[in-house]
Amino acid sequence: MSLPHLFRFPGGIQPDAHKKESSEQPIRPVPLPARLAVPLVQSSQGSARTIVTVGDKVLKGQCIGEAEGNAGTAIHAPTSGRVTEIGRYPMAHPSGLDTLAIVIEPDGEERWIAREPLDMASASHEELILRVQASGIVGMGGAAFPSHIKANSKIDTLIINGAECEPWISCDDRLMRERSADIVTGARILRRLTGARRVLIGIEDNKPEAITAMKLVVQAAADDGGEISVITVPTRYPTGGQKQLIRVLTGFEIASNQRSSSFGVQCFNVGTAHAVCRALVHGEAMVSRVVTVTGNVEHPGNYEVLLGTAVADLIELCVAKPGTERTLMGGPLMGFTLPRLDAPITKSSNCIIAASNTLFPPAPPEQPCIRCGSCAQSCPTGLLPFELYWSSRAKNYDGAVHYNISECIECGCCAYVCPAHIPLVDYFRFAKSEIRARNQEKRAADQARARFEARSARLERDKAEKAARLTAKAAETRAALAANKDAATDANDAALIAAAVARTQAQSQAQPPASGQNGGATPPEPSI
Amino acid sequence: MIGITLALGIALGYAAIHFKVEGNPLAAQIDALLPQTQCAQCGYPGCKPYAEAVASGAAEINLCTPGGDEGAHKLAELLGREFKPHGGPVVEKVKVVALIDEQTCIGCTLCIQACPVDAIVGAAKQMHTVIAPICTGCELCLPPCPVDCISLIAEPRTPQNWRWKYPVTGLKVVA
Ligand code: SF4
Ligand code: SF4
Repeated sequence: MSLPHLFRFPGGIQPDAHKKESSEQPIRPVPLPARLAVPLVQSSQGSARTIVTVGDKVLKGQCIGEAEGNAGTAIHAPTSGRVTEIGRYPMAHPSGLDTLAIVIEPDGEERWIAREPLDMASASHEELILRVQASGIVGMGGAAFPSHIKANSKIDTLIINGAECEPWISCDDRLMRERSADIVTGARILRRLTGARRVLIGIEDNKPEAITAMKLVVQAAADDGGEISVITVPTRYPTGGQKQLIRVLTGFEIASNQRSSSFGVQCFNVGTAHAVCRALVHGEAMVSRVVTVTGNVEHPGNYEVLLGTAVADLIELCVAKPGTERTLMGGPLMGFTLPRLDAPITKSSNCIIAASNTLFPPAPPEQPCIRCGSCAQSCPTGLLPFELYWSSRAKNYDGAVHYNISECIECGCCAYVCPAHIPLVDYFRFAKSEIRARNQEKRAADQARARFEARSARLERDKAEKAARLTAKAAETRAALAANKDAATDANDAALIAAAVARTQAQSQAQPPASGQNGGATPPEPSI
Repeated sequence: MIGITLALGIALGYAAIHFKVEGNPLAAQIDALLPQTQCAQCGYPGCKPYAEAVASGAAEINLCTPGGDEGAHKLAELLGREFKPHGGPVVEKVKVVALIDEQTCIGCTLCIQACPVDAIVGAAKQMHTVIAPICTGCELCLPPCPVDCISLIAEPRTPQNWRWKYPVTGLKVVA
């Protein structure tokens, strides 16, 4: 097995890793919280439809929300207990908005629903994919993309992402050290689903224990057909970004509007591979995940957290030290400040950091850009962050689009190196959301225009049809009259007219005195 | 010389017939800049009629209320005319959608006839409802409703339409 040639992506940074704080303790369980609020939306592409009602008793791993549509993923009860509420709860999102969640009060028994492992030898491809979807598996590295969609593509190279490049986070490291067998089994299943020729497990060289553990499993297990290799990649942020890892391992550069599968590559996080193994081989739906809790806390480490556990509960468990100013979800570079601590842990929350001003000093005031170009040198996607910054700052969105703001992965390298302390990523996030809103508005306007025109056309057509009908009818009447003309005599005509006059008078007499519209003021004319 | 003249004449004549642009291209360009609310506040029965009026020079460029000053600027730039501020009060743009109180609705179909984008569904003596994603918030359905059961509500905030704030830049203290 020859080591593949490694490629390089431009830029990147090497910040202090701060991994040791949390990576040296085994993964620990978390005591059952008083309440678990499981949001219905757990994937980036779709949501689940509730199939329980308030008061229902549920077992651990029981499906409580079915996958909605092709892209949806199911959700499951994280523990046994009772559904107490289906209501709006805050979500783990920088906006602090709330979303529908199923609230479960644990009964403390942790009773599993009957687990039904799939017989891997006989199960068909479709059965496996359906099970991945029904087990609620989404990408656990942060993007939360439904895994059954990714696993259902035919590719050449399967990449398992164990790079974990962002400082402070160590959940994948611990997972690889402790559960390497499951990860490799999951990788095998994913290889079978995707038909990949080779599997590359990329791990940064600052995790020697994880590399050893993974290599041991890969070597011990008899290889069933394809090549699985554990590849050590140099430690450089953001190697763990999906695009960057693909670039390092295969040399492909993938633009934001392209899919990696069209290059014959697909990338899954180690956590996702682990979850696939649990779901298919052990019949356990995704009900928990490993979360790093670190920063300014007494007991940093990695915890097996039930989905729906409030961040506040985790912080309480790990005991925040005095001086904690805010709480970050995700890493210090790609993550965001949680606006509310009652937000739940979801399938994509990998890390909670209690931030103090000593550990994460507030950014000094922004100074004018000195055009040093450091940001451009550090950008892993080869953008010109200072150009993006000028455009975004001036709200010149066309300019930002011209400099390819959509390719920015918000990795924060540029802001990290900027000597003028410009919060570049904040500007880019702002500009990106404005551009997105504008595009949405544009789409809505196009739709409104099309609907307005369709409606106008329909009204026109109705009018034309009505006019045509009336003309036809008039012509018919005229023709009938003309046909009768010869037979009709003047006397006949006079008789017709008299009859018509009599009819009209009879009608006006029969009408009740008009009321309402004219207040009943004018009685009808007496008949002659 | 005569040959060239004839050849070019024929070519141009051919082009004029075969590559004739459907409709009025200027009106279409103007229409593309209008917000397509179809609210008729400009005095024309919709965005397209207003665009046609502006293109023919019959209408001013500052009559569109939802477009506001920003829209008038865009039109001024496109047409090379002088910018005129929008006359009316400047309202903060918040996207609203109509909401029918389904308990009160008597099913009279009047709002359906008023809606310029067919965003209301319902039938005579049956409850009506607004298809929110299609509603432009033009308010045209409000006046015809005999029981006043339509209100405008701000579009709910979701992670999909939530926006990041403009970074607040620290003010520098001088002296
Ligand atoms: S690193 Fe900062 S100061 Fe230097 S060019 Fe980029 S934005 Fe300007
Ligand atoms: S945040 Fe965007 S612009 Fe800045 S370095 Fe990362 S990818 Fe480049």
